[in-house]
Formats: sequence, C-alpha cells, structure tokens
Amino acid sequence: MNRFGFILRRLGKAIVVILGIAIVNFVLIRLAPGDPATVMAGEAGAADEKFVQQLRQEFGLDRPMYEQLAIYVKQVATFDLGYSYRQRRTVASLIFDRLPNTLLLTGTAYVVALGLGILLGVLAAGRVGRWTDSVITVLALAFYATPIFWTGLMGILLFSITLNWLPAFGNISVGANLKGFAYALDVGKHLILPALTLALFYVATYARITRASMLEVASLDFVKTARAKGLPPGRITRAHILRNAMLPVITLAGIQAGQLIGGSILIETVFAWPGIGRLAFDALLQRDYSLLLGVFLLTSVMVILFNLATDLVYSLVDPRIDVGA
Amino acid sequence: MKDFWKRYSRNRGAVVGLAVLALVIVASLAAPLLFPASPWDMVGTPFQHPFQGDQLLGTDTLGRDVLAGIVYGARVSLMVGVVSTLAAVLLGIALGAVAGYHGGVVDDAVMRFTEFFQTIPSFVFAVVLVAIFRPSIQSIVVAIAIVSWPPVARLVRGEFLSLRSREFVQAAVVTGQSTGTIILREILPNALSPIIVLASLMVATAILLESSISFLGLGDPNLMSWGYMIGASRTVIRTAWWMSVFPGLAIMVTVLAINLIGEGLNDALNPRLARRGRA
Repeated sequence: MNRFGFILRRLGKAIVVILGIAIVNFVLIRLAPGDPATVMAGEAGAADEKFVQQLRQEFGLDRPMYEQLAIYVKQVATFDLGYSYRQRRTVASLIFDRLPNTLLLTGTAYVVALGLGILLGVLAAGRVGRWTDSVITVLALAFYATPIFWTGLMGILLFSITLNWLPAFGNISVGANLKGFAYALDVGKHLILPALTLALFYVATYARITRASMLEVASLDFVKTARAKGLPPGRITRAHILRNAMLPVITLAGIQAGQLIGGSILIETVFAWPGIGRLAFDALLQRDYSLLLGVFLLTSVMVILFNLATDLVYSLVDPRIDVGA
Repeated sequence: MKDFWKRYSRNRGAVVGLAVLALVIVASLAAPLLFPASPWDMVGTPFQHPFQGDQLLGTDTLGRDVLAGIVYGARVSLMVGVVSTLAAVLLGIALGAVAGYHGGVVDDAVMRFTEFFQTIPSFVFAVVLVAIFRPSIQSIVVAIAIVSWPPVARLVRGEFLSLRSREFVQAAVVTGQSTGTIILREILPNALSPIIVLASLMVATAILLESSISFLGLGDPNLMSWGYMIGASRTVIRTAWWMSVFPGLAIMVTVLAINLIGEGLNDALNPRLARRGRA
C-alpha cells in the first residue's frame, strides 16, 4: 500500500478513536452522581427548578438513551462542546481562546525535551562508566522521580524568589502594554521557567532511552563492520548508531506527547499560565463539568494528532516499516 | 531465593532503594506512635520555621506539624500506590491472558480496546474521573487503576502468545485440563517475572499520579497527603518554603527508591536481559 493509503487508514482510525472518547464523555456525565442536567449546569447556583427543566429539554434528557447519544455526537462533530454556565460562554470559545498559549508552552517543552534528552543520552552513551555518564544517569533518575509541579515550585523558589532572574507567574508582564519585539521578548522570558520545568521530566526519560538504545545498537554487527572498515568514530556514532538508535526514542516521544499535554495542567496551574490546563484547573475548582469534559475531549484529540504525526515521521525515518501494516 | 538475592544485591542502587523504602514503610506504620495527635491538629504557632521550635520540620499556615503530615502522608501514598497497581495488574492480566491465549478475533477486539485506553491522555482522564465521582481515596485508586492497566495487558498478551505454543502447554491441553487451569497454573507462573518488574515501576508512577491529583485539590478530604500539603502551601511559598520543600522531597525519595528497586528486580528476575543496554 502506498503512503497516501496509509495516511487515510490512520485518519479513519483516529476518527473512530475520537468518536469513542466522545462516547466515554457521554457515559461519564451520566454515571456521575446526581442528575446530568444539574451536573452540566456545574452544580451551579442553578438550583432553580425551571432552569434545570430547561436544560433537560435542551439536552434531550427526557428522550431515550440512544437519541441522547446521537444528539451529543452530532454536537461534538460540529465543535459544539456545550456551555459553561459558570463563565457564561461556550466551552469551545473558552478553549480556543486559550489553546495558542498551551500550544506555545507544550511545543517549546517538547522540542527542548527531545533535543536536550537525545543530546544528553548520546553524551552519556559515549562516556560509559565515566563521570559525565554517572552525573547524567543520576540526574535523569532524580528528575524521573520528581513530580513536575514540585520541580516548578522549586524553580520559582530559586530563580524568581531567591535570584529574581525570571518572572514566576503569567505569560506577560501585567500592564506593560508591550508591542512587537518587546512583547515577544516578554512572553519568552515568562516562558522559560514553565517550559523548562515541563521539559525536564521528559529530558530524563529521553536521555535514559537514548543512552540504552545507543549502547544496544553499538553492540550490533554492522557497527563492528563499520569499525573494521576504519571509519572515523564520530561518523560511526552519527551516521550508523544514532540514526538506528532513534527509533525507540521517536516511538516514545509520540506516546508521551499526550502526557506532556496532561502535564501542562499542573504546570499551568503552578505558573498561572493562561492555557487550557489552567482552564481545566479553574473548571475543577468551580465544579464546571462541561468545561472539564471539553478540555478532556480536546486534549485527547491533540494526542491523536500527535500520534498520527509520529507514525508519519516513523515511516519516513525507517523505510523498513511497512506502511501497509 | 538465595540466587535471587545474590543477583538483586549486585545492583547497589537497588539495595539502597530497598533500605529507603523499608524506612518509609516503618515510619508510615508507626505514625500513630510517633505522632499520637491527628496530622490535622494545630500543635504550634503557624509559620514556625524548621529546625528551631518543637516541630522539627516546622508548622504550616494553620500550625500543623509538617513532619507529622509527611509521616501520615506516606500511608496514603503507599496505600494508593500498591492498591491501584494491584487492581491495574489484575485487570491487565485478565484481559491480556484472554487475548493472548485465544488469539484471533478475541485478541483483535481486546487489543483495540487496550489501544483506545492508551490513547486517552492518562493524567487528564484520571483527574476527570476523580472530579466526577467525587474526590475520595476509593475514587483515586479506581481512577489510577483505570488509566494504568493497558501496558500490563500488552505485556501479558505478548508473553501468552509466545508461551501458548510451547510443549508443556500443549501437553496440558492434551491431558484435558480446562482453559482456566491452563491459563492460571501453566502459563501465568511462567510469565510472572516481567509482570513483577513492570508492577514495581507502576507503583512509583501511581504515587506520582496520586500526588498530582491531590496537588490539584482532588485528594481525599479526610486524609493527609503529600500532594495536598504542597498544593495547600504553594501560595505562601515566598515566605514559607519549608511547607512545600519537605513533602516534595518525600515524594522524590520514595519514588526514586521504588524505581531503583524495580531495576534491581529486573536484574534479579530477568538475568538474560539485565545487562542489556548497560555497560
């Protein structure tokens, strides 16, 4: 099968999964203790019986289950994610307003994590048993065991409170009214701590995997052949070992992209970063379930898109992968 | 057993991890003896610095003993870590065994189901589950178990696929043993080693998940936990660093210890694979 067919198949699969997640959402709301109408109203100050009745009608809660599901799926398909009675806006508009901030944060963290993780992993693998390797291995173990919200708080404690180098909260300086380059610089400064914090946990993961994978590939026969041919060691590492050692790293990176987005809930909460993670936290505080489920649906869709992209990269990097499989 | 310990103790980190975990377990068991008062009780003046007053690690914003909170919090962390992992492992074994043993359509169906759960972002899903079913220790355990079982199912399925065609399994089939007996008595014991290693690492992940859920304010309102302590004091971090620093260290040390134990178990149980990827 050609690559086009492969993409189509993966897209079809992605749509099925999104549909599945919409159904999970639907079931969750109905399994929740209490009437779905009151749940959707955010257990709001909507104790008003007339209002709840109106909601029941609006969501078709008086109709049979399968009709309710059909209505819900149709709503999701048209990006109608419901209404946040707490914030008095549609869930979709709330999410799409905040989405760019989250994409900036997670995107930066993703790039940093991959770049730094692979670099450190290669460094450690090249110096097995020496102090560089030990330091990198111990640090990777430590960060792998540290909850990211705590890493973030410690970052604030050190770089914002003690050293006063970086801002601790938000994504722009309040009231500064900056434009153009100064604005970008301001956002960049606010981005450093949260993005690094989010990245560090994954740097640890990628460094460990890269190191293990490099060592494994280095022991294979084709590397011995390359050595026997007298190729320079640097070239063997780059062109022969690294290229082949990257496959497990790419797989993992694709799987973990979703977790990265999940982690942004914690990071955005710690740093008051105005993205969808922070939005989810506010929704939690206010028991605003429509909004929470909207964020859940959207993050799931983002994960699926990330996975799709990973599959494509994978098939490009490794021509052995049968795209028809 | 002697062999097992010999291989395990060759990994020094794993021995240290075991010692640290033993300490955490003892402290959590002895909590009522060490701190007879409830960790929620006010025992001193609020905002007391550590290493100065009667409370070794200071007090929090409401005058509660930080060290007492950490010791009691260990109970919640360990309990949630172990129970949710057990639940996830049982679920994963059940599904993975059925898929791997039967193969074919059953395998396909179970694996699609598993993949679906792996696609859902686990942390967000766990948070949504706890929020909707009201925060409590039970809902947290169930939520963590629900998002953690897929890797177990995949692992068990793989083991079963390769084991079911072995001669000893076919011998059991020929002698007319029931499917249940074959799965439980013949195949499962041979697949246990990698499951144990994976489970040990899952306990560590579960503890991190629990602390993150509690940090967001979704912990059991009746139980002191490390994540809650950090979440409750993060707004005063400018003036009272110790309230967030010590519980965080507790999480890090415990999770690190369990990860090290996991590596040691891997060395001891899978000697063939143990040194792969290492010098």
